[in-house]
Amino acid sequence: MAETPVIIREHQFQKIKSALARLCVEAAARVVFLVDRDGQPIAFHGEIGEMDTTSFASLAAGNVAATNSMAKLIGEDQFPSVVHEGERESIFISVIGRSLLVVVFDERSTLGLVKLRTKKATFVVAEILEGVARDSADLTLSESSFFAEITDEDIDSLFG
Amino acid sequence: MTFINYASREINCKIVYYGPGLCGKTTNLQYIYDSTAPQAKGKLISLATETDRTLFFDFMPLELGTVRGFKTRFHLYTVPGQVYYDASRKLILKGVDGVVFVADSQEERMDANIESLYNLEENLEAQGFDLMKIPYVLQLNKRDLPNVIPIDELSAELKKKGEPVYEAVATNGEGVFDTLKAVAKQVLTELRKG
Repeated sequence: MAETPVIIREHQFQKIKSALARLCVEAAARVVFLVDRDGQPIAFHGEIGEMDTTSFASLAAGNVAATNSMAKLIGEDQFPSVVHEGERESIFISVIGRSLLVVVFDERSTLGLVKLRTKKATFVVAEILEGVARDSADLTLSESSFFAEITDEDIDSLFG
Repeated sequence: MTFINYASREINCKIVYYGPGLCGKTTNLQYIYDSTAPQAKGKLISLATETDRTLFFDFMPLELGTVRGFKTRFHLYTVPGQVYYDASRKLILKGVDGVVFVADSQEERMDANIESLYNLEENLEAQGFDLMKIPYVLQLNKRDLPNVIPIDELSAELKKKGEPVYEAVATNGEGVFDTLKAVAKQVLTELRKG
């Protein structure tokens, strides 16, 4: 059996969105993402333009997974943050439990500011995510019956 | 790990294509990508070497449609097949919801299939999964080649449980969607069980 699904409720999603919006403003970032460590995008706030956010999330997770394995090889438990500095755009990734807070910023901000503001935001986001994990483990009756009601026909209809 | 977002009404699942080097994992994804309508898919990301061998993973998001008002999105990954990329393979299995094992039907690849299957079991275990319990499909690929092992013999050797088995020729798409449907169906059925 696979792991317990992560279930994000409307109110939790709104809380996450406002935490990301606040961080985006305070860090003068271009865009802020919350991504699951397995590569699933959870939420974002900011200018995404033409960016493929799904691929971005998957690659960010792959990146952190690879650097953490490198950390173990040199005797570190993990790298709690990862930085990529480009000529114009940069990325700062902060690990929060099983999620990643990813801040994309340009010359309107600085790495120092981004680090400082992200640190503050991680506490807020971590608290919301703890609630998500707690509630996901404690699937309410109405939700479990919602999924139990999925019929074979529902599933078959996906494949035309 | 299935991700359910009530706010955006989305179900996101992760499926990993596993198998020995050059068995056709990337070809499966490439065929799905080429045959899917643009609005149902994202980009096909391939982290490959200069010679097109998968270095870390291939990835493509695929939207299948709506179940009870929830958009179902499958994130398809492949692993690098070569033996020495084991650390990468382990990472990609994190949070997996369903696995497709792509076997190379050619006689001379039998040992590689067995080794890769054993490696899959081991790596799943390292991530806290049990192959016997996870949604799983076996694909016998390259059935168009002359030196293939008969289906019965290959199945008997590689089948782990009562998993669905599909013959395939990934280069022309034969069996590719049947395999995907079978694993996706198992993942959604698992979700229904709770």
